Amino acid sequence: MPLERVEITKVIKRYGTERALAGVDLELRGGSMCALLGHNGAGKTTLLGILSTLVRASSGAITYRETGGAVVTGDAVRREIGLLAHQSLCYGELTAVENLALFAGLYGVDDSPAALAALLDRVGLEVRARDRAARTYSRGMVQRLALARALLSAPSLVLLDEPFTGLDRGGALALGEQLGALTAEGAIVVVVTHDLEAIAGRTDHVAILRAGKLVFEERGAYDYEKLKDTYHRHAS
Amino acid sequence: MPAERPRQGVLRQAWRIAWKDLKVELRSREIVYTMAFFGAVIVVVYSFAFPSSSALVRLGAPGLLWVSTMFAGTIGLGRAFDRERENDTLRALMLTPVPRLAIFLGKGIAITFLVGAVALVVTPLMALLMDVPFFDHPGELALALLLGAVGFSAIGTVFAATLLKVRSRDVLLPVIIYPILIPLFAFGTEATAALLKVPADLDNAWYWIGLLGAYDAAFLVLSMWIFESLVIE
Repeated sequence: MPLERVEITKVIKRYGTERALAGVDLELRGGSMCALLGHNGAGKTTLLGILSTLVRASSGAITYRETGGAVVTGDAVRREIGLLAHQSLCYGELTAVENLALFAGLYGVDDSPAALAALLDRVGLEVRARDRAARTYSRGMVQRLALARALLSAPSLVLLDEPFTGLDRGGALALGEQLGALTAEGAIVVVVTHDLEAIAGRTDHVAILRAGKLVFEERGAYDYEKLKDTYHRHAS
Repeated sequence: MPAERPRQGVLRQAWRIAWKDLKVELRSREIVYTMAFFGAVIVVVYSFAFPSSSALVRLGAPGLLWVSTMFAGTIGLGRAFDRERENDTLRALMLTPVPRLAIFLGKGIAITFLVGAVALVVTPLMALLMDVPFFDHPGELALALLLGAVGFSAIGTVFAATLLKVRSRDVLLPVIIYPILIPLFAFGTEATAALLKVPADLDNAWYWIGLLGAYDAAFLVLSMWIFESLVIE
């Protein structure tokens, strides 16, 4: 069952004596794109890591709810998460198709050549590159493959950390459209980015972190000017 | 929405992960060549360093076989996990809905294959250069080495995964795992020594092979139990 809501309650994360998150409360809803903003070191990636289940919160809770409100835990949560991280999370020695086939098998979704080709078409990875080792790809191609891996299981919680890095303007716009489509399909989309232009007009939920604290949160439509102004007023 | 397939068992998922590692290695042949070369170099150096008396060589050969195989195994262990670090792919595996047990077993199976490959190089080389009759009881010796590789892989996988993000992991890994592996070295060496006696002391060899099996069982269970808690940040 797809996730419909994620509740982040008083989440604190410490690395030794360093406090990366200092009691964050936030609710993420299906069919909404949350722009998680803040300067470097604000705690955005840490929060994304906790949401992805890869990082354990020092205290506080994350509650994942499916349609109807029932709480989802464990493997069932991970099945619904798609993560695009700083690193590609793909094997350089394997081709794009082999990478996707491996992860499709692990997610238990269709790993037929037709299904994988359709996914690679969707992210715009050129056909002649698909059977080459991923280590030979340009940064933009790696990013497209990483996105395909993140979307492989049709996740209902899509977490993206600087997804526009390495993409040309056309690629960034296409990705923005993809994210808009995911949101329209009912997914919970969380984007950490400094490229405000790429998400302007698409995000309907802005959360700004500063030194591990949530200093601003608002739902509503955001054009580029409003987004930029909000960011500069609250992030510093 | 992609079509979902029926859930697959832990062993099938583990094999999928192991086969991925082996496929990458078959393409690059980087780890197995390095390990085999290192193991062979140890054997060659000792073949010159040891006295030429065959009785003395027989006494030292079991220990040398186990030490050279496991030392070479450590090189492979570190490199196999370096590959997972390069694009943060261990996190990608941890993110999938497969049981953590499958990830642990998959990595462990791949490393067992690599250590086994080293043993396949080191054992005949020692037999040739040092004139050690390793192949008088090949079945028992192969079983002892297999159990050694399994125990080494179980312990090595847990700690190599844990140290993945530690800068001095190359130094720390052997420092941490070798003390834990001392009983494994001891049981394996004793089993091999019993097989090399004239005539071979098979009862004694099986006793030590049994201890190797018990050691493996204990550390497999412990490693499976602690793997997830150690690899989650």
